[in-house]
Amino acid sequence: MCTLLAIVGGMTAAQAPTAAPPYTVLTRDGRRPLATRLASGQDMFALDDLAPLFDLTIKEDAAAGGLTITVRNQIIVLSAGQSLASVGGRLISLPSPPVHDGRTWLVPVDFVSRALAPLAGLRVELRKPSRLLLIGDIRAPRVAGRIEPLGSLARLTLEVLPATPHTVSQDGPRLVIRFEADTLDAVLPPTTAPELIQGVRPGDGPATVVVDLGPRFASFRTSDVPGDRGALRIVIDVVSASAEAPAAPQALPPPSVAAPDGPPLIDLAPAGGLRTVVIDAGHGGSEDGAKGAGGTLEKNVTLIVARRLKAALEARLGVRVILTRDGDTTVGLDERAALANNNKADLFVSLHANGSMRAAANGAQIFYLSLEEYGDAAQRAAHAESESLPAFGGGARDIELTPWEMAQARYIDESAALAQAIESSLRERVPMSRRAIQQAPLRVLVGANMPAVLLEMGFLTNPDQEKQLRSDEFQNTLVQALVTGITRFRDARGASRPAAAPAPAGTVR
Amino acid sequence: MARRAAAIAIVLVLLLAAGVIAWTIVPRWYARRNAPAASAAPQAAAPAVAERKIKATLYFVSADGLSLAASEREIPFAEPIVAQARRIVEAQLEPAPPPLTAAIPMGTTLRTLFITDRGDAFVDLSPQVTTNHPGGAINELFTVYTIVNALTVNLPAVTRVQILVNGKEADTLAGHVDLRRPLQQNLKWLAAPAASPTEPRQ
Repeated sequence: MCTLLAIVGGMTAAQAPTAAPPYTVLTRDGRRPLATRLASGQDMFALDDLAPLFDLTIKEDAAAGGLTITVRNQIIVLSAGQSLASVGGRLISLPSPPVHDGRTWLVPVDFVSRALAPLAGLRVELRKPSRLLLIGDIRAPRVAGRIEPLGSLARLTLEVLPATPHTVSQDGPRLVIRFEADTLDAVLPPTTAPELIQGVRPGDGPATVVVDLGPRFASFRTSDVPGDRGALRIVIDVVSASAEAPAAPQALPPPSVAAPDGPPLIDLAPAGGLRTVVIDAGHGGSEDGAKGAGGTLEKNVTLIVARRLKAALEARLGVRVILTRDGDTTVGLDERAALANNNKADLFVSLHANGSMRAAANGAQIFYLSLEEYGDAAQRAAHAESESLPAFGGGARDIELTPWEMAQARYIDESAALAQAIESSLRERVPMSRRAIQQAPLRVLVGANMPAVLLEMGFLTNPDQEKQLRSDEFQNTLVQALVTGITRFRDARGASRPAAAPAPAGTVR
Repeated sequence: MARRAAAIAIVLVLLLAAGVIAWTIVPRWYARRNAPAASAAPQAAAPAVAERKIKATLYFVSADGLSLAASEREIPFAEPIVAQARRIVEAQLEPAPPPLTAAIPMGTTLRTLFITDRGDAFVDLSPQVTTNHPGGAINELFTVYTIVNALTVNLPAVTRVQILVNGKEADTLAGHVDLRRPLQQNLKWLAAPAASPTEPRQ
């Protein structure tokens, strides 16, 4: 009955597609809008709209309730109600089945990248965040910006990926930045220094950005700084009239010195190194966790160590550190992993203090996830031979389909390496449990989409360890050991794969 | 002559009637009369069956608090398997034999237990298993795997165990172990010396 309702519900949703913001198609011939409709919770294109773009021949097989699409003499077979499609004889998965809407068929936008791109014989790139569809050899660098007021000047930083030749020139009350590209995929910042920069907007040309200068503008200077992974940072300092005083220029920091500061504007996958670490102070709020005989609560110890570890990691490794809680608040286990996932953290370290029915139990333990308890799907995800799909502009790209709630499955080996790095560092400094590294089905780790471990720092139920865990000295020793362990993990990972970042997650919910 | 023939006919009819009664009605009546007695027989025999005991392997926290230890105990035999499973969990909820310690918090009781055709046992425990839980990841693992192992080791027909709390699915008992799906037997939590003699019982 439930299934029947679900089917009926699905049909109802599928039968009423609603309009969605259009995509923009960029080809050598220019740009044009491509209508998009929302059905089954997915952005969809009409096959009739895609037909002229890709020279498709569409045949409907009413008896079988499906479609045969011919692209350059190769066949794509779609079936109503099926999210699997056959593409040139290979099976691919779509986020939702095609929808029959009146006389036309709607397909999820991913149909373009997963089904058409491999067969189209030309470069096809679907950029969902900016709703762009690039067909052919189109240069459309991504551009993101930030404006910072720095006393007498305002600094505009534009990050460009991939690095693209450009010129910056003044045209009256404007600066014009022209890129050697066909178009820009730009997210331009709102102004925070209107006296100097009134606004940043797309220019008249297809690949220009215009900076409208404010009333206090006197001069500008620009410099280019190479960024990570082939990106480029263009730093433009707009200097005010008051700073033009004779002594002032020497006092201004040269852009190239300060430019690399700040988080990346375009999200670049880390190249072996660490950029963001999430530290999870276990329990909190209504959940005290383990309790020592002397009244020490696990939730308080974990928070103190988490805060110290954040300060130490930021200062020593220069990474961004996010705490899952920075106070005595109740935070759900899903929320903790989600915070790390949403911030694209490179590591997740959950801090806990142990408890035992036995006062004698002592020593630190490090856990990482075991997959046995999560069935075949998780095991497959961990050792998946990922689906290899032809990529834009030739080559192939590995796509792995992992249920989101088991995101950790793909990182088991790296999590084991992290556990070992932290264990060896801890062992040099603090008491370790007889079984120091353990694998277990721990709830907070399973959804983390990055290497993740849970550290039980010691047993609060052991009177000696309770005293230790309360002491500044022991807490600082733990922090020191964690920083060293994380550094070793980073260095080992960086050495083993200097440039290759983890494969992009083709993660599905 | 005619009167004699009529008498013979009456005798024959009477004999026939007696035959019908003897061959059909009496057995049916007899069967019906005896039916309650037949169904009552197992009840009468039940106390004798309950006397039977089985040896079950139960699990408790070892002296160093870092592993589980197996301990054999005689518990009442019960049928069907779900009744036997109840007896095993109930025995597991009793105090531990010295010098071992129970891994399940004090005051925890078994609310219900059922076993699916696929061999998944659902063990519904009272809320004390959460509210009285002293915390700690290793402690929580021991609480969970005490029950998972006790059922799967003693009852080969039970392949997986899911713990419910107060009639509902639980995320965790104390913030660590993922209880959202049935768990398989895992003997790695046993101390190394005790692991070998603990063979699954038939």
